[in-house]
Amino acid sequence: MATASATLRAAAPGRRGMRNLVLAAMFAFGAWAQASGLIGDVLYLWPDIRFLTRQHLLLVGISWGLAIAAGIPLGVLLTRPWMRKYSESVLQVVNTGQTIPTLAVLALAMSILGIGFWPSIFGLWIYSLLPIVRNTYQGILAVPGHLMEAAVGMGMTRRQILWRVELPNSLFVIFAGLRTALAINVGTAPLAFLIGGGGLGELIFTGIALDRTTMMLAGAVPTALLAVILDFLIGQLQFWLVPKGVNPLRLNR
Amino acid sequence: MIRLEELTKTFQTDRGGVTAVDHINLEVPEGEICVLLGPSGCGKTTTMKMVNRLITPTSGKIYIDNKDTDEYDPVQLRRNIGYAIQQIGLFPNMTVEQNISVVPSLLGWDKKKCHERARELLEMVAMEPDAFMDRYPNELSGGQQQRIGVIRALAADAPVLLMDEPFGAIDPINREVIQDEFLKMQEKIRKTIMFVSHDIDEAVEMGDKIAIFREGRIEQYAAPDELLAYPVNEFIADFVGGDRTLKRLRLARVEDAMNTDVKTVKRDDDIERAREILESSGQAGVPVVDGSGHPRGYINRRVAEGSSGKAGDLALPLTFTVRRRDDLRTAVSEMFAHDVNWTAVLDDSGRLIGYVGQRDITDLLSTARGEKRAA
Repeated sequence: MATASATLRAAAPGRRGMRNLVLAAMFAFGAWAQASGLIGDVLYLWPDIRFLTRQHLLLVGISWGLAIAAGIPLGVLLTRPWMRKYSESVLQVVNTGQTIPTLAVLALAMSILGIGFWPSIFGLWIYSLLPIVRNTYQGILAVPGHLMEAAVGMGMTRRQILWRVELPNSLFVIFAGLRTALAINVGTAPLAFLIGGGGLGELIFTGIALDRTTMMLAGAVPTALLAVILDFLIGQLQFWLVPKGVNPLRLNR
Repeated sequence: MIRLEELTKTFQTDRGGVTAVDHINLEVPEGEICVLLGPSGCGKTTTMKMVNRLITPTSGKIYIDNKDTDEYDPVQLRRNIGYAIQQIGLFPNMTVEQNISVVPSLLGWDKKKCHERARELLEMVAMEPDAFMDRYPNELSGGQQQRIGVIRALAADAPVLLMDEPFGAIDPINREVIQDEFLKMQEKIRKTIMFVSHDIDEAVEMGDKIAIFREGRIEQYAAPDELLAYPVNEFIADFVGGDRTLKRLRLARVEDAMNTDVKTVKRDDDIERAREILESSGQAGVPVVDGSGHPRGYINRRVAEGSSGKAGDLALPLTFTVRRRDDLRTAVSEMFAHDVNWTAVLDDSGRLIGYVGQRDITDLLSTARGEKRAA
């Protein structure tokens, strides 16, 4: 505790210098943006940006949400004793899914499901599934055997052991899987435009095609910001939702 | 009371059946600690785990308080048997209070009752409830975790307790402290306890009875003192160790061996009186006591024969004394250290009540008392 606050104090002057540097850079960028007419262009594209950001968020949110809804139960299922002998093969299949390039998955989704929003959702869903399944599976398997023995020995039922021991103790690892899935998902979502799924990819790819830097940036910057913000948010969730005793981030605070 | 009848467990392996536990018969009387002792792979842990059905017996019966445990649903059965394991197994995601309350809450106790029970148990092991209730296991020292593991097994006040090397995960110094604490607690709570250990010293310390296992069978089932005094075969003798007689000393207290008809002299008495005592009784020395019975020194043969005067002036200082409740090992160790063959025994308020000599100790060791020291 004492060392931590000492480090903070020592870092404070460095932080202030950093902040001034960032402020100066932002000012310079603003001046340049005004001079080059960027701000005018962005204002012109603003309604598009808003609409497509919302669509982008829907793509990410729905596909990620569905991946959680399917991935965690699947991961849990694979750890059940009667599933153990199949679980490695199932994971291999899901693993193989991950090795297919993103674009190919989307193309396959298109060829089977056609174009539009839902085929895109399907592609992104498949892609987010693996980290969630794998982390849930491995997180639960990593719960120490003596905890399981204590739980059984004290008279917990299978269901009680799952909810009170296995899931809480693997939650941190499961969250890490959700976080990876989200990062992959946000990064892949711009490609959804290619099969008519919309989203911020529309501005990026159109910007590239028309060689309009402003339009490209109008898609790329919000995509990047979304990735950073969403990762921050899930990081916070992970910090506060995982019980203190099994949360390495909150250990001994 | 726990009773095992013809209990057998055969594990199926690739190379055919392996009998881990072979027709065991055993009874643990109400309120006693029975230690299952033996080398690893002897079947002691398997035997214990069959009691709470972590392992299903191949054949045989287990009775708890004369009720056949086959008639219970295993989950219900386990909730009514306290269980402590070597790795402690505290749930890291739960606070100390939640850990202690696991079984009570499974049994449907209300929050308030669980809370009070947790406080009561923490106080029993001298851990301040307000300081520890909300801590997580990783914020506790090893010894504190071990204590929580033990009181968690006691939480629902089950009459029967299974303990699988419960003090195994801790350094020897703390282990002895916790063992003593636990024995003191047991004097009050009188649980029927089945205790697995591989350590003969721990078994002698903790057990009212010890069952020594070998290859799935019980080789000898007896009180610690009897086991140490009369091992039934070579295996037992080897297992309890060549220093088994010394180990027995730990089981006996000074008062078990001491002579109470000690003759003493007052400080004002003449040395002549001490000489008479030395000649008429077999005493090796004569303690000199003051008016209230506290020893102030002693007279030995050399002093008594070569001088005259008052006993109080001639007395040699007593370099050490022992208390009646000290264990004999301490007494013998002191006697060796001071190179004497007898010493005065004091009661709790420091008055002389007798003496104990090497002869008394060897006499005691030549008989098995068959009973663990009285509490």
